[in-house]
Amino acid sequence: MALPGESTLASHGPKRPARAESRRPPAPAAYPVRTEEDLLTVRHAVRAATIAVGFGLVDQTRVVTAASELARNAYVHGGGGTVTLDYPREPSGRRGLRLTVKDEGPGIADLEAALTDGFTTGSGLGHGLGGARRLMDEFTVRTGPGEGTVVVVTRWAVR
Amino acid sequence: MNGLRSPGVPILRLGDVLVTGLLNELDDRTAIAFTEELTERISAEGARGVLIDISRLEVIDSFVARTLMELTTVARLLGARVIVAGMRPPVAITLVELGIELVGVETALNPEQGLAALGWRQAPQPLEGARRGTAR
Repeated sequence: MALPGESTLASHGPKRPARAESRRPPAPAAYPVRTEEDLLTVRHAVRAATIAVGFGLVDQTRVVTAASELARNAYVHGGGGTVTLDYPREPSGRRGLRLTVKDEGPGIADLEAALTDGFTTGSGLGHGLGGARRLMDEFTVRTGPGEGTVVVVTRWAVR
Repeated sequence: MNGLRSPGVPILRLGDVLVTGLLNELDDRTAIAFTEELTERISAEGARGVLIDISRLEVIDSFVARTLMELTTVARLLGARVIVAGMRPPVAITLVELGIELVGVETALNPEQGLAALGWRQAPQPLEGARRGTAR
């Protein structure tokens, strides 16, 4: 059952359940973003995921904050959507957490402007998209009129 | 959203200073209700300072940041000075990376220093001779 890269961790002897759990990433999971309560649920789920991946406190905060911004974008601008969490692993064994935030909204008309600080069409500060890009290691956006918006961001664990 | 109160966010009064704190589970409606209630309290009680403890906040996203900035501006218009105290270090790092400066928001390391900056003093200390347990 061991995934590549797990054998070294598995050699540390008996584990508390929390650590055993952290060796095997949870299955990918999708969370709806339809209400304000869903935004909190997403934050909780992402926080738990960052802990499962083994992120330090600063990285946990970065990823949860980015998730909060992106989920809010989907809720406010996209009319709702989904946040999917999955756990990529590099051949080197380095683990990561990937968020895919998808909505079926009108799409972002001017992506470059939307990535510029201070640009907002909503109630935020206009730092959401650009800020999320800075907080994560990888960032891609696919958007278009009538196509909705998909933002995929990944943060890799140190080591 | 009218008539909402902010359960779980008590606002205490210490002399002419209001002391309150934000909880981590701050959703949008609670934030708006909290702003309205705090504004009313500043006016009704003639507060000259407001201390907001944010040490419970594990995440400050741009919505919470905007709430803090608006709160500070509104309070200033009413003549009260707001100090936000106790930001967690990871939150500070993340805010900087997010590109948010919390323009106009005064901060303090912790509530004690925030209260001191607002000019709030502890009750006079007992006289030296009256203290107990200091000789060691």
